[in-house]
Amino acid sequence: MDLTEFLVKTATIFVVFVLTLVIAMYSTWAERKVAGFIQDRMGPNRAGWGGLLQPLADAGKMFFKEDFIPALANKWLFIAGPSLAMLTALLASAVIPFGSTFRINGHEIVLQGVESNIGILYVFGVVALGVYGIMVGGWASNNKFSLLGAIRAASQNISYEVAMGLSLIAILMMSSSLSLGEIVAQQHGMNWNIFYQPLGFLIFITCSFAECNRVPFDLPECETELVGGYHTEYGSMKLGFYLFAEYINMFISSAIISVLYFGGYNYPGMDWVYSQLTSALGSETGHNIATLIGTAVFFGKALFFIFFYMWVRWTIPRFRYDQLMNLGWKKLIPLAIFNIIITGAAVLFLKPVITAWLN
Amino acid sequence: MEVAAFYGFSALAILAALFILFSKNLIYGAFALLLAFLGIAALFVLAGADFLGVAQIMIYVGGILVLLMFGIMLTQRAIQQEGPSRHNRVEVPITRKVWGFVIGIGIVGVLAKIIFSANFRMSGDAVSRKSTIKTIGVELMTSHLLPFEIAAILLLVALIGAAYLALNRNPAQ
Amino acid sequence: MISDFGYILLFIISGLVLLGVMLLVAKFLRPDNPNEEKLSTYESGEDPMGNAQIQFNIRFYIVALIFVLFEVELLFLFPWAVVFGNEELIAQTNGAWGWFAMAEMTVFIGILILGLAYAWAKGYLDWVRPKQQIPEIKSPVPADMYKQVNDRYGSK
Repeated sequence: MDLTEFLVKTATIFVVFVLTLVIAMYSTWAERKVAGFIQDRMGPNRAGWGGLLQPLADAGKMFFKEDFIPALANKWLFIAGPSLAMLTALLASAVIPFGSTFRINGHEIVLQGVESNIGILYVFGVVALGVYGIMVGGWASNNKFSLLGAIRAASQNISYEVAMGLSLIAILMMSSSLSLGEIVAQQHGMNWNIFYQPLGFLIFITCSFAECNRVPFDLPECETELVGGYHTEYGSMKLGFYLFAEYINMFISSAIISVLYFGGYNYPGMDWVYSQLTSALGSETGHNIATLIGTAVFFGKALFFIFFYMWVRWTIPRFRYDQLMNLGWKKLIPLAIFNIIITGAAVLFLKPVITAWLN
Repeated sequence: MEVAAFYGFSALAILAALFILFSKNLIYGAFALLLAFLGIAALFVLAGADFLGVAQIMIYVGGILVLLMFGIMLTQRAIQQEGPSRHNRVEVPITRKVWGFVIGIGIVGVLAKIIFSANFRMSGDAVSRKSTIKTIGVELMTSHLLPFEIAAILLLVALIGAAYLALNRNPAQ
Repeated sequence: MISDFGYILLFIISGLVLLGVMLLVAKFLRPDNPNEEKLSTYESGEDPMGNAQIQFNIRFYIVALIFVLFEVELLFLFPWAVVFGNEELIAQTNGAWGWFAMAEMTVFIGILILGLAYAWAKGYLDWVRPKQQIPEIKSPVPADMYKQVNDRYGSK
């Protein structure tokens, strides 16, 4: 076993964890600030400048608050539920490509937890697992509201998974690869997938809203009907896990959207910037700085989508359950199948014509 | 390293399966089945079949197990002395020891026969680290085309039959 | 030699360690004095009626059933999508590969659409909405009198 490789990977995993957690933490702050802005009020502004220390105060509260397990709940499953939700949320961050490569002493370090051949399928598998965090917790609570919330969550997640997968197929038909790193690399410069797949993008973003249980698809925790939904009985750190998992999921799906459709770390004119930097600062430092700029661009895109999630949350009312099911099965799935056929026809008909025309 | 992982995941799958066998609570059994499926998916991945591993998670864990849980929760018998002081566990009221044993032995026998008669091409070969998905795609499109299309028709038939069975016997309609 | 999945295992283990540490630290920091009221099941402040063994809509089961079949078809699409636009294969077969793959998948997706159309036409995809129960109240005041009042004062 190569020890340096192992250490580098461990360090990468550590960095990815910390990054994901910090972004999720500050998403809670941003959510309240955005809500405040949209509803014409201040939002958190006491702890630190502009309320910037608010997430830390919340974390402190999670640690110090009393936590009890209802007498009739199943103790181990009650603890396992939120842990599973958090674990599955964190796992998906393993394959996200945050940037291209770092060069240190001739070694190339990929800014990605795991460069897997089946990256996007892995994400899909983790998403399928994500239902269980809610199912386990909701059932173990022995509470009617929790059980109903859990069943709704499971049903909703599986309904939208089909449409999500079908919209993904269209991307894969163009990229011919399942690796997220390769899909990003193919969108070099301004060659983003959004220009080829606008319909697929709309389907995908709708489904990712549903998979994250965000408004307008937050029926599993619909306050007006189910009190707190699947986390009615939870408090303290375990509730914190559930809420945190939601924000991590939000970040992951924003990152995946920007990787699949908006070119990840690619931006127009990146070749020019790269050549300028390498000629000015040498091939090592210049390369690293170019990578850092790319990573900053990637985070800009991902943070924009997190903002978009919040914007939608405070703008659109919640669906009714039959509307949700109709949208998933009767609109998104036929549209996604249509999108696959159109993409196939375009790859076969238009691509040869356009390449012939360009040459 | 890989040997340790292999034995670890095998132990996980087997222990979870034993738990299902001896647990009286059906829902605990279903959650143990989740662990068993995950262990088997990990074994697939260790054998170099990454696509099969993810397929196992997506279909069995993401689909069939959810279906199973819904089934358990829907078909449970209403227990008479149901009170606020009872747990919501779903227990197996009757045991069919003899029949269950006979069927289990029969299935093990059939599977063992298939395993011993199969000629695994890869036995002795080194596990390749390349993704299997391209090979699967090409094989599906060329040499296994007919089974592929038959599978589609089979799925259609299953859809029609399953939906018919599930809905048309619902007395609420 | 650790493959990609070895690192994913490392990821899972470090995630579990992180969660365990967080739960353990919280366990030592927080107060713990439960009483019977705290430990009872929450039902909007009332004493709980029965436990959470409740009947829910059978549609949830049907949706899960249809999902399993669609998920299997979806998984067949993944390997196809990867080899569909493969330029090597297209070059080897003089462009026939793309058409061939597309035709096969059209048949496959056609059958998928057939299944969807069947489920749709039979109404398995419809979510049954409960009937609205409009309460009937026997009131000595006739209903049209309210209408008169509304007409008179509604415009103001």
